[in-house]
Order: sequence, then structure tokens, then C-alpha cells
Amino acid sequence: MIRYFFLRLAAAVPTLLMIVTATFFLMHAAPGGPFDQEQVLAPEIQANLQRSYGLDLPIWSQYGRYLASLRHGDFGPSFKYKDFTVTELIAQGFPVTFTLGVIAILLALGIGIPLGTLAALHHNTSLDHATMSLAVLGIAVPTFVVLPFLGLLFGVYLHWLPVAGWEARSIRHLALPVIALALPPLAYIARLTRGSMLEIMGAHFIRTAFAKGLPASTVILRHALRPALMPVASYLVPAVASIMTGSLVVESIAGLPGIGRYLVQGALNRDYTLVLGMVIIYSTLLISLGLLVDLLYAWLDPRVRR
Amino acid sequence: MIPILQIEALSVGFLNSGAMNQAVDQVSLRLAPSECVGIVGESGSGKTQMFMAAMGLLAKNAVARGSVRFEGQEILAQKSALRRVRGSKLAMIFQDPLTSLTPHLKIGVQLAEVLVHHNGVSWHEARYIALRMLDQVQIPEPKRRLHEYPHELSGGMRQRVMIAMSLLCRPSLLIADEPTTALDVTVQAQIIELLRAVREEFAMGLVLISHDLAVVGGLAQRILVMYAGRIVESAPAEELFRHPRHPYTAALLKCIPSVFSAPRTRLPSLAGQPPRIGEKLDACAFAPRCPRAAERCRRERPQLQVAAAGEFACHYPEEL
Ligand SMILES: Nc1ncnc2c1ncn2[C@@H]1O[C@H](COP(=O)(O)OP(=O)(O)OP(=O)(O)O)[C@@H](O)[C@H]1O
Ligand SMILES: [Mg+2]
Repeated sequence: MIRYFFLRLAAAVPTLLMIVTATFFLMHAAPGGPFDQEQVLAPEIQANLQRSYGLDLPIWSQYGRYLASLRHGDFGPSFKYKDFTVTELIAQGFPVTFTLGVIAILLALGIGIPLGTLAALHHNTSLDHATMSLAVLGIAVPTFVVLPFLGLLFGVYLHWLPVAGWEARSIRHLALPVIALALPPLAYIARLTRGSMLEIMGAHFIRTAFAKGLPASTVILRHALRPALMPVASYLVPAVASIMTGSLVVESIAGLPGIGRYLVQGALNRDYTLVLGMVIIYSTLLISLGLLVDLLYAWLDPRVRR
Repeated sequence: MIPILQIEALSVGFLNSGAMNQAVDQVSLRLAPSECVGIVGESGSGKTQMFMAAMGLLAKNAVARGSVRFEGQEILAQKSALRRVRGSKLAMIFQDPLTSLTPHLKIGVQLAEVLVHHNGVSWHEARYIALRMLDQVQIPEPKRRLHEYPHELSGGMRQRVMIAMSLLCRPSLLIADEPTTALDVTVQAQIIELLRAVREEFAMGLVLISHDLAVVGGLAQRILVMYAGRIVESAPAEELFRHPRHPYTAALLKCIPSVFSAPRTRLPSLAGQPPRIGEKLDACAFAPRCPRAAERCRRERPQLQVAAAGEFACHYPEEL
């Protein structure tokens, strides 16, 4: 198991390299460049800028230079935010996005799993139907509709929470964005849990557990829950990926100083280094999460271990 | 003497899209303390569902009527009474040892939790009792097994674990539903031997369900034959083997291979199909397959009648 873990860790490096390479060449293949702007710069200024950022070099040597700087942990300068390096930009915004994302995924798991379990145990009752209808709503209504609606309700009418804006370490400012962000994965996790719980409750070993005279709560928590969480574990990586893209919407609507916006802005501005930096950060996060999920599988089902 | 288990007019039906399928039809039986009864019948004859009803383990779409008394206490209608005895005084093991243990819990936990729940002992003590029980059901290296997961054990070992688990609280009745069906032939014999040994040791009642008369024959004192949700014959084992009265029992007996049958001859198997469950019958359910069936059998359903040694439900029984 430990050997396997390190093998996977080693395999992550080439994966990351491939992602970086693909992003690099795709970005450069897109028409335009970082210094094409509304007001046209004088050709000599344009050329100077290109030269100082190394954009006049052949693409392969640009690629080589970028990889070389990466080896020292340097993401390079931003082409757009000229006073900042990419590392600085990401370091500023990352804590906000990370906090937002972690709370959202914990909320999605912490509410989605019990909700799905409850629905399964009350299969075909009104509780089940109500939960699943809400889940469909949560999956279907997009974040950019949910967040303004929540803002309207809790901010404008009820005055409970701020509609937008940001203060450091303020839970109140995070509340609505986190809820909006957590809703779709929460709904999806509830549905997944309900489905697998229904299946597991019909398994032979659950029959055994009841035959042993164990109370229903023990049967569910000790015997049924862990195998029922397998599909949820498989969904964890896609869930975090959807929260990452969701945070981009949420941050711009709620005006949070996270890094979500850099991905879109960077791509539109052809801010090559910023986009690459973001891609590296997000990929690393997802790949590590994938490793974590593998460990989780082994815990959920010992047959996976070897 | 109070019977250990007394089933009166038990019916089990399954509701399927509005229609009710009768799986067990007005079955009654009595079990004396520490008696061993065999239940035989073809697949689908209702053997399992009858005892699932007694254990309160029926599927959600099932409806059970009638009465089940365990040590004189009604447990079909009174769930609180059932909860007190299920898994402690009244235990059941199943046909599928490979899937009947929880895959992610160690054997030790699955055994110990029974004692922790029923007897309120500490986990530490429960594991110690579990260890001794594993030893008693002849599991080699029982200490190591406590730390193993079910998938690390063979099918026979898993059934032994199931048996150990059912014995932890010293049950007065063990229901073994086809405990050997999924196992190799040699392992089958070992498990039957084990059941014989623990039954004597614990002086408990045993219900041994099987579709194979030969499996039941060596162990059961009395055998009940089920057909299409009903008991069609009940007699002491020896009597049943020597003088089957119901033609169905006679046919089942002919299917048992014997040391005298010529090698390489095909075993006779019962021709025809059992009736589809849910068919309303004003006739003997076995009539369509019965060599002795007459006009009356298709018109009037035979009731159980008392015979010299047992009971049978047939208008034209085999002669003594
Ligand atoms: N959940 C269910 N819904 C509908 N019908 C069911 C259900 N469970 C069992 N049955 C039906 O009840 C009948 C009796 O089943 P039972 O399991 O008691 O048979 P059995 O005698 O134990 O057979 P086997 O030797 O195959 O185990 C079968 O015809 C089966 O189809
Ligand atoms: Mg059965």
C-alpha cells in the first residue's frame, strides 16, 4: 500500500508536466498576445515589451525558459499585473479561495451524506421525495442564479448577512458564497448517498447485522455507511473541480479577492504565466486529492488493500 | 412442556405492483426444546421466508399473518419481544457465507459487537469470549482470525465464523438456512458435523433448512417437507425415509443417490415445475406432477391429516 502510494506520487510529476505543456502550447496557439490592447502601442514599445518578457524568442526556447524557472519554484512575472509576480498574486488570493472551497466541500459532505442516508431510510416517503426534489433543484439551478437570490433574500430583505464584499476572517462575508458554492455538490452527494445506501441496505451482510439483533442505528452507522460512501469517494475529485470552477463565479459576484477570477481574466488577457500558474496550482490540488481518495478507498473497503 | 418455537397458521405474502404473491400459506409447526427439525423442499417452496418472518427479517413489501411464539412469547406481532431474543436466544445463519459478513469490519469486531450489545460486556471481554468461540468451532489460529477481514477467509471458514457468531449468546434455537449449499462437498460434511457437535454441546434446538433430503437426513430427528408454501408431510426422520406417505416426499427420496445405484446412471430428477406462486388453488398443488393424482386431487385441496408417526396432506398417500 505504501509502495503503491509512492508510485502514484512519482507518476504525478509526469502528469503535471503534460498538463503544463499542453496548457503552454494551447495558450500560445491562441491568437493575440498579452500586449494587444484597446489603445494600440507603438510598434517599438510593443517590440521592447516582447523582448523584455522573452516573447520574441522561438516558442521552444520560451518553453524551456519557463520550465527552468519552474524548477526553482518561480512562476514568473505576470504579464498583466505588471508590478506583481504570479507567485505573489496567487499567494494573496489563494487563502480566500481555499477557505471558501474547503468550507464548501465540508458543508456538502457534512449535510449531503446525512440527508441522502435519511432519504434512503425513509425510502418512498414524503421525506424522501422532498429531499430528492430539493436535490434536483440544487443540481439544476446554476450558482450565478442561486447567489444573487440568496443575497436578495438574506441581505437585502432580511438584513442578516452582507450581500457582497470581504473582510479578513469574517465568517459573515463568506456565508452566502459558501452556501451557493456548496449547493450543487451537496445535492449530488445526497443523491449518490441515497442510491448506494438503498443498495447496501439490501445486502446480505446487513441482513446478518439485523439478525444479530443490533439496533438499526448501529447497523447503519457501523455496517452500512462505509460501503455506501464508495460512490461519494469517487465523486470527490469531480466535486472539488466543480467547486473550483464555481468559486470563479462566486468570487466575482460577491466581490471576494480570491484567485478564481485569475483563471478567466488571465486567459482573456493572454496572461500566459498567470494562467499556467493557476493551472499548476489547481492540477496539483486535484492530483493530491486523487491520491487521498485512493487512501480513502482502502479505508472504506479493505479488499482494495494489498 | 412449552415448545421452543410454535408457529400457528403463518402466511407470508409479497405485494408486487398491487398483486399479492403467497409464499408461505397457513403453515403451523411446533418445535420441542433442543429438538432438531429438518425443513426440505424445492427452491421457492417458502422455507426461507417462513423463518425470515419469525426473525422479523422480511422484505419491506412482505405481509406476514399468523402467530409465531418463541419460548411461549409472541414475537411476530410483538416487535419488542422479538428484539429481546433476536441474535441472542434466537439465532439464524444463512445460505451465503461469502456475502453474509460485513466486508470492512474485522472478524473480531463482528463477533464482539454481539456480546457488547446483548450482554453489555466490555469490548475487551467480548473479544476474549469471541476468541474462545472461534476455537470451539474449530477455526485454526483463532487469535489471528480476530484481526482478519472476511475476504481473507475461505467460504467454509466464513460459515464457521457465522456459526460462532450465532452461538455467542448461547441461543436456545438456531435456524440454519441452507448452511452448506454454497460450499464444497467436503466442507459441507464438516459444517454439518460441526452443527451436530455444537447442538449437543449447547443443548439447543436446531432448524436445518435444505433442499437436499440427504443433508438433513443425518442430523434431523424430524423432517418437514414443504411444497408451494405448505407443509405436505411431517414425520420422524427414520419413518420418513422408510415410509414416505406423500408422493412428493417419495419422489424426493428417489432423487437421493445411494451407494447401490449403478455408477454413471443419471440420477432421477423430479419432472415438471412447482406451481407459480400466487396461483389460487382449489386443488392439490402437486397434482400436475403427481403419478398418483386422480380427479379428486384437482378438485379438492388435501388437508394435513394425522398419521401413525406424523402428518401428511394427500388424498391418495403411498401405502405403508
Ligand atoms: N422480496 C420478495 N418479493 C416477492 N417475492 C419474494 C420476495 N422474496 C421471496 N419471494 C418469493 O417467495 C417465494 C419463497 O421464497 P423462499 O426464499 O422462501 O424459497 P426457499 O424455499 O427458501 O427456496 P431456496 O431453496 O431457493 O432458498 C419464492 O417464490 C420467492 O420468489
Ligand atoms: Mg431459501
